[in-house]
Amino acid sequence: MTELTKLTLAEALDGLKAKTFSSREITQDFIQAIEGARVLNAYVVETPEKALAMADTADARIAKGEGGKLEGAPLGIKDLYCTKGVRTTACSGILGEFTPTYESTVTQNLWDAGAVMLGKLNMDEFAMGSSNETSHFGNVINPWRRTGDNQGLTPGGSSGGSASSVAANLCLAATASDTGGSIRQPAAFTGTVGIKPTYGRASRYGMVAFASSLDQAGPIAKTVEDSAILLDVMCSHDPKDSTSLNVDTPDWRGDVAKGVKGMRIGIPKEYRIDGLSDEMNALWDQGIAWLKAAGAEIVEISLPHTKYALPAYYIVAPAEASSNLARYDGMRYGARVSGDNLTETYEATRASGFGREVQRRLMIGTYVLSSGYYDAYYLRAQKVRTKILNDFVEAFEGCDAILTPTCPSPAFAFGEKSGDPVEMYLNDVFTVTANLAGLPGISVPAGLSSTGLPLGLQVIGKALDETACFRVGGELERAAGFVAKPEKWW
Amino acid sequence: MSVSKDDVRKVARLSRIAVPEERLDELAGELNGILGWIDQLNEVDVSGVEPMTSVVETKLPMREDVVTDGNIQDQVLANAPRTEDGFFVVPKSVE
Repeated sequence: MTELTKLTLAEALDGLKAKTFSSREITQDFIQAIEGARVLNAYVVETPEKALAMADTADARIAKGEGGKLEGAPLGIKDLYCTKGVRTTACSGILGEFTPTYESTVTQNLWDAGAVMLGKLNMDEFAMGSSNETSHFGNVINPWRRTGDNQGLTPGGSSGGSASSVAANLCLAATASDTGGSIRQPAAFTGTVGIKPTYGRASRYGMVAFASSLDQAGPIAKTVEDSAILLDVMCSHDPKDSTSLNVDTPDWRGDVAKGVKGMRIGIPKEYRIDGLSDEMNALWDQGIAWLKAAGAEIVEISLPHTKYALPAYYIVAPAEASSNLARYDGMRYGARVSGDNLTETYEATRASGFGREVQRRLMIGTYVLSSGYYDAYYLRAQKVRTKILNDFVEAFEGCDAILTPTCPSPAFAFGEKSGDPVEMYLNDVFTVTANLAGLPGISVPAGLSSTGLPLGLQVIGKALDETACFRVGGELERAAGFVAKPEKWW
Repeated sequence: MSVSKDDVRKVARLSRIAVPEERLDELAGELNGILGWIDQLNEVDVSGVEPMTSVVETKLPMREDVVTDGNIQDQVLANAPRTEDGFFVVPKSVE
């Protein structure tokens, strides 16, 4: 029999339904694969017993000819999602051994559809990072390495555990989340597919909050089709999240094969930035050529406020984080460090519980919201957001989807960019605009760098038009024929 | 706008994060780097522009003002560092 862990989600669901193998069998294979891959540090909590129990339940349902859309499929869950009875810390020290007494809506949707939980995946602390170097539980290692080089590379972030585990066949697919690029950038760095839907498509209930006006759930998967299958189940209208949209979920899986004939694809001239590597530029041109050959019309568009997206993000995100993370005071949950008085207890608790990057962002957020600065920073940044959204609205009058690189360059080594925060932030230059404007964006692996590392292309759609992302993403996937996998060294 | 060592001390206090004296200079440098970069937003003309609220126009949903969740004292206290008789126990504070 083929190695079950190498199957795509679609293939595995077919095999489970046809009873070619059981959920227990594939779950057991994944448990073994995870045990053998601990050096990657992708999982921070493994739940093998829970997984096998869920697999048995799924097998029983399949035997009766029942079962949901994900019946018996073993998945990994980013540690940002609250999972009832399973430690959830968003990979921060401040949450200690926090064990939720409730389930996030997104993960509940997965379990209701029959999915099996393998464990909780590593991430940057509170999703603040682009390299998974800020996790309380240590770095995640990218299964990919440069050709002929053993140096460890980052999987990107913040969903580094999700990306590494999918790339290394440690789950069929994973949940992730995206505030400034945290699904799409790690997907690009690991040769996987990641999509962030329109803001409001998925419920944020039970997701540990970072920046509430930007945070959005989404999957990382092996193929565009797999990402469509998982996203479909993750999205739902939820009264527990007032920003959750009451909209129908179309047949995204069916969109993947539809092709791009007659679609107008916008190429934003402002994305040809100086920091873009030659090979990334070339791959982007290749992507344009593929879509043209498949019957799309290519149009140049302008998004004039692109250069202001990152600075606006680094006001809005820290400001919202400083407010959201005020709840971590060591009183009601998490780790408490005592001081001489109440204020000092708060200060000691937060100094010891938060890592450096989180502390830095909380201080930035506090500064830009402090008395006298609100209008100059936060309010101005929210107005710039409107201008960025208007850029997109105008551009979409002349095109149906936008094609860009996902990141300026491929995966980098540990420590390579962590010295200068601003340089690290520049990783998100192409992804962050979709968060600020609330638009859907997908990253699809489209080629390899000269050093043998995956490179991704991004497709941004109109609000609620994930269909365009899946159509164009599917076409890029077929044209690129990207089949490269990391050579197993772990 | 430049952030001084005193500003960092003040922001750290407002953030309720204890920052040792010897780290203040380093943090001032980092914050100045980030804030200096953010200052390019001043180039954008935002006169007459409304701040963004959401991408899809929606009205905030309303619901009946009734209890939808409750009577879960055990769950609420389950992760507390210290509890007693169904209450959170916090450090003594006299101010």
